[in-house]
Amino acid sequence: MADKMKKWWDLCRQIFERDEEKKEMPRRYRRLRRNIIFLMLAVTLIPLAIMAATNAMQYQKNIKSERIKPIRAIAGKAAHSFELFLEERLSAIHFISSSYSYEILSGQATLHRIFRILREEYGGYVDLGIINNDGTKIAYTGPYDLLNKNYSNQQWFNEARVRGVYISDVFMGYRDLPHIAMAVQNLNDQGESWILRATMDTKKFEDLISPMGMDPITDAFIVNSKGVLQSDSRNYGKVLDQFPMEIPSGDSGTHVRELTDPDGREIVMVYSRLIKYDFTLVMILPQANVFQPWHTLKQEMSYMFVASVIAIFLVIFGSTHLLVKRIREADEKRVIAFRELEYTQKLSSIGRLAAGVAHEINNPLAIINEKAGLLKDLVDHDKHHDKEKLMRGVSQILQSVDRCRNITHRLLGFARRIGVQYELLDINEVLRDTLGFLEKEAHHRNLNIEFKFDEQIPKISSDRGQLQQVILNMLTNAFAAVKDGGEIVLSTWKKDEQTVALAIRDNGHGMTEETMRQIFEPFFTTKKGYGTGLGLSITYGIIKKLGGEIKVDSKIEQGTTFTIFLPKTPPGEMEDD
Amino acid sequence: MTDSIKVLLVDDEEEFVTTLAERLEMRGFDPSIATSGDQALSMVQDKAFDLIVLDLMMPGIGGLEVMKQIKSANPDMPIILLTGQGSTKEGMEGMNQGAFDFLMKPLDIEELISQIHEALGKTSA
Repeated sequence: MADKMKKWWDLCRQIFERDEEKKEMPRRYRRLRRNIIFLMLAVTLIPLAIMAATNAMQYQKNIKSERIKPIRAIAGKAAHSFELFLEERLSAIHFISSSYSYEILSGQATLHRIFRILREEYGGYVDLGIINNDGTKIAYTGPYDLLNKNYSNQQWFNEARVRGVYISDVFMGYRDLPHIAMAVQNLNDQGESWILRATMDTKKFEDLISPMGMDPITDAFIVNSKGVLQSDSRNYGKVLDQFPMEIPSGDSGTHVRELTDPDGREIVMVYSRLIKYDFTLVMILPQANVFQPWHTLKQEMSYMFVASVIAIFLVIFGSTHLLVKRIREADEKRVIAFRELEYTQKLSSIGRLAAGVAHEINNPLAIINEKAGLLKDLVDHDKHHDKEKLMRGVSQILQSVDRCRNITHRLLGFARRIGVQYELLDINEVLRDTLGFLEKEAHHRNLNIEFKFDEQIPKISSDRGQLQQVILNMLTNAFAAVKDGGEIVLSTWKKDEQTVALAIRDNGHGMTEETMRQIFEPFFTTKKGYGTGLGLSITYGIIKKLGGEIKVDSKIEQGTTFTIFLPKTPPGEMEDD
Repeated sequence: MTDSIKVLLVDDEEEFVTTLAERLEMRGFDPSIATSGDQALSMVQDKAFDLIVLDLMMPGIGGLEVMKQIKSANPDMPIILLTGQGSTKEGMEGMNQGAFDFLMKPLDIEELISQIHEALGKTSA
């Protein structure tokens, strides 16, 4: 079963997957597809299988009972008529023995006449004899010379004397044909018992039984309690052979057994035990024949079931493939859209920074300008060149150039990359560096910036550009929240072995709960008119991408704290890239 | 030149103002320097200046606020604003509030001098 399933699975895979697609499709989607397929197969196939099995069982039960009922009825009727047949023959003998006196019947001529009439009226009788009290046959009519034979030692004679009536099993008589003997005891005028005994050939049995075998495959016969066949069986031997199977004894009525005979045939055995006589009527049919309609139905149901399973497989595989493909395409589109958004946001950050940077650069440039101008003035006007003064001017110029370089480098470092690039970073250094962008603004607005850094914090593997963007976003928000002279606290600490944390706290205007719930949603902004509403949603996206978490805590008029948790190592599989 | 022109230079970048003062001095001016708004305001009270060169972006009291206070005491005082911002927005605002002109950093000293002369010429005329 498992092998078959596997084959199917492979086949379906071949149908729906092109090779290059298989290679391309990330594991996550394959897993998703596998899960959906298994789930859908389970919810469709399990109930279907249960229903099919229940139906099959019910049908089997019904069809069997329907098929067996008539056979059983036939067997019951046949047994009954067989019993009636024996009864009739016995009562004829009984009638003769009661109607005539011992003396009359002892006359050979009378007995002969009665026997002739008996044969004409009933048929099947072979001979007729009178046995006296001593067991000697004193009158006989029939084809054999049995007159004066003594039966006193025979078992039937004694049984007939005890019970008054006797019917033998089938035996081979002198003619070498199967016979049955019946005897009836009576009393003469002297009170001595005498017996009227008749034998019948069992050809009559066959006449009774053969109509039961309506079709040629039905085997019907009679067995005695010792298991000896009392009539010919088609498959299990001739009359007087031992019947090879055991017939359960003790129960009257008609019974049905399904079993395997000694030759290995699957058969249905229907048997009916006669009430008054030691005979059992047996009908044997091949199971295949009895259950033919059931087998046909079962086959049809199996075909139906297999066809449904195949259809379900195909539909589920097909639709799941399509579904997962759509999901994947949607995911890809979302990733692209997010990247574009991220990029847009970054550009707007850069734009915002540019104004501040220009101002920052202009100051050192102004100094350079003045120093250089002064040097020129000194060379032009002063005949005695003051070397110390010149050198001081030059070193001032160099210092200012250095300032400019730092500023431009910072800006370039921020603007350079957009993709994720992991390197080992000191989170404190990244924070300080990023704050550098806003130092001037902080200075002009008299903001009090406090550092609470864990200087022993472990380095983390992360992306500098992305982290800078996140921190810059948080800082700009904090700057926007506080009034001039406000306080901003930057802190870092080690959360656990795998995680470091950084927090940016301000004592600004804070947020309402309503605002807090929405801040990470794209396009939500409180800075009506000049905010894009993308900052925090982008921040959230970046942090998720870096495998981190962001938490916000805010009280109105008291300030806001953003806490970011970052893993020491980035998330293992970056399946997007 | 009967009297050297008394100019007050106000900027938080000390190197910038000292150098500028030195160069103006070499050109016959009488410059004084202040590195914050507060300092500038107290100096204006102590001494009479012919003209003030004022940086807009300063920590503490910003340039516009300083100008407002000087103008309220002495509305005729000519003031030239200095701006380091990329935009001319703040300079224009300063002009609207009574500044004579605004100049962008880095400064061209010849332009500053001609502006000073123009400002004084206008006021004296």
